[in-house]
Amino acid sequence: MVARLTLSAADKRVWSIIGGIVLLGALFIPLSQLLFDMRFTYTVRVVALGGAVLGLLSGVLGSFAVLRQESLLGDALSHAALPGVAIAFLLAGRELSWLLIGAGIASWLGLRFLSAILHTTRLKQHTAMGIVLVAWFAAGIALLTYIQSIPDASQAGLDHFIFGQAAAIIESDVTLVSAVGIFVLLTVALLWKEFKLVAFDPEFAGANGYRIGLINALLSTLIVVAVVLGLQLAGVILMAGMLIAPGIAARQWTQSLDQMVILAAVFGAFAGAVGAVVSALDSDIPTGPMIIVVSFLLVLFSITLAPGRGLLWSRLRQRANRRRFAAINTLRDLYRYALSHGAEDYPAPDDFIRGVRASSIESGLRQLRAAGHIMEAGAGWRLTESGIAQARRDRRNQSLWDLYRLHGDELSLPAIQEDRQLDIAAVLPAAALELLESKLKPNESL
Amino acid sequence: MPDQADRSDPQESPPIALSVDDLTVAYQEKPAIWDIDLDVPEGVLMGIVGPNGAGKSTLIKAALNLIPRAAGTVMFYGAPYEQARSLVGYVPQRGSVDWDFPTTVLDVVTMGLYGKLGWFRRPGKRERELALHALEQVGLVDFLDRQISQLSGGQQQRTFLARALVQDAQIYFMDEPFAAVDAVTENAIVYILQALNKRGKTVLVVHHDLQTVAHYFDWLTLLNVEVIAAGPTAAVFTAENLRRTYGGRVTNLNGGLLAGAAGG
Repeated sequence: MVARLTLSAADKRVWSIIGGIVLLGALFIPLSQLLFDMRFTYTVRVVALGGAVLGLLSGVLGSFAVLRQESLLGDALSHAALPGVAIAFLLAGRELSWLLIGAGIASWLGLRFLSAILHTTRLKQHTAMGIVLVAWFAAGIALLTYIQSIPDASQAGLDHFIFGQAAAIIESDVTLVSAVGIFVLLTVALLWKEFKLVAFDPEFAGANGYRIGLINALLSTLIVVAVVLGLQLAGVILMAGMLIAPGIAARQWTQSLDQMVILAAVFGAFAGAVGAVVSALDSDIPTGPMIIVVSFLLVLFSITLAPGRGLLWSRLRQRANRRRFAAINTLRDLYRYALSHGAEDYPAPDDFIRGVRASSIESGLRQLRAAGHIMEAGAGWRLTESGIAQARRDRRNQSLWDLYRLHGDELSLPAIQEDRQLDIAAVLPAAALELLESKLKPNESL
Repeated sequence: MPDQADRSDPQESPPIALSVDDLTVAYQEKPAIWDIDLDVPEGVLMGIVGPNGAGKSTLIKAALNLIPRAAGTVMFYGAPYEQARSLVGYVPQRGSVDWDFPTTVLDVVTMGLYGKLGWFRRPGKRERELALHALEQVGLVDFLDRQISQLSGGQQQRTFLARALVQDAQIYFMDEPFAAVDAVTENAIVYILQALNKRGKTVLVVHHDLQTVAHYFDWLTLLNVEVIAAGPTAAVFTAENLRRTYGGRVTNLNGGLLAGAAGG
């Protein structure tokens, strides 16, 4: 067995995007030093690293949320963390680890509450998420406002949890985030097959003995962990964007889950680092929004340019199709008209042909004339020799396709996908083609 | 693993592949299926037929522990589902998944082996070959690298079938495999079901088209929340039973067909 090392064009594209973004990220520091005279202090480097690691994590986990059509889950979970932060502050004071533990507990309780609603009522998932999201967030805001009124200086900066503040990140935070991140990534790698199966077809997973509830709870818990770690940086409101934007952007470029998750990780890391650095330059720029703006630019870039799914791509394809079919259809119209008047080079009146194909006729006639397939004849159009040859080839090809559909089974010809714009000689083996050709009526064979 | 029943000997009755006892499922207060008792002998190709809302899919899902039961037991060769999982293959409704999921045909078929692989273990070369073999049987081997988003409805259905074939089960549950597929695909699927059946597998199919029931299935369960009738198609597929399943109007609609069914 030869290992398949050849990469398809799509694969190459994905890997070059990954390479490009990594390169861009690596060059980001020297470039901005050169162009903007930016100074990368120790603090800025720590913040950039923290942003990158968090972006990577949320990109990986968010991909699964996007595929499970649970994009709102991260939103609900991060909003749900806010009351936890406030309560932890009231109980334990301004100690970061306690605040994060509080956030995690509140978020996790929100998650349990959410699945309880889903299991006992007929509410749809996004409805349930919406209600948990606002309820927990409202409680959090109420508590925070109350805390602000306490005459005690230590609560200053607590509201950074709402929008995030990069400057608050210190080296030990990055160490913590990286350690937890490695654990999260290992879990995802270990349970790759399970996560994929549950994301694609939970019912089948259940019928095969996988405990869907457990896998779902695990994946959601990992998302809670990412949310809690990201709170300082992105804040509760925008953390969801950090989770889903990289996944959405990555999905545009690839049709494979492996590539999608890797690409989402790279996109997330890029957005996290760049956003964090930009906001660290000036304490008036909040981190969360900056990261999301960068993420959104990546999404915009992807949905515009990604081949196959991108907007630009589909526009171009539509245009190319209009052109192509204008030429083919016009040639067919002219040929059919000529044949019905007894001679292949019988000219079709301009008025007539324009009446048949009102919309695309200009483009069709222009292309055919440029190719030398038609020439003007009085107030009409006549097929040239090359035009007649082309029209015959087309007609014969269509007849062969008809015969293939009609007799393919009885002649036991190989099964091929029917695509009539292809030359059937290019897709059928020569022997099979000969069999079909023998069935052509005499006036159709060349 | 049970032996395949010798189907040429009518004296020896085959073992019961699936035994459903007192099964009741209620989504809200109203029962979706109520007090189902059903014994399916090994080696039959059984249609599950009934009107919309009769609980046909519910019966399958409850048998496979996918939804909670209000009452009842389901046994596969005498064992509960937890212990008989490797004996059971499942083809869910085609519309139950997102076909825009980023994966390939081969990958989806390989998922049929995840149950045997168990937690953590990854599919390897052996799994790939088994999946390829299943794809050959459904005639999709040329599509192995195809993105599932590019498949036609019939190809999607055949991909799901291949995923079930690769499970190499004894009892297959298929939830509307003929829904919205063209005549050619339907024939291809019937051919695959009959091939499974010939190999001694028990196949249960949720089906809608009364015109083809007698032609496709040798065993039949008529369901409308309760089991109306179950047994060999020739005995069960009668005008009287259909009236009791669907209500009076069905006999008018299918009068000619039923006369033929009852006579043959």
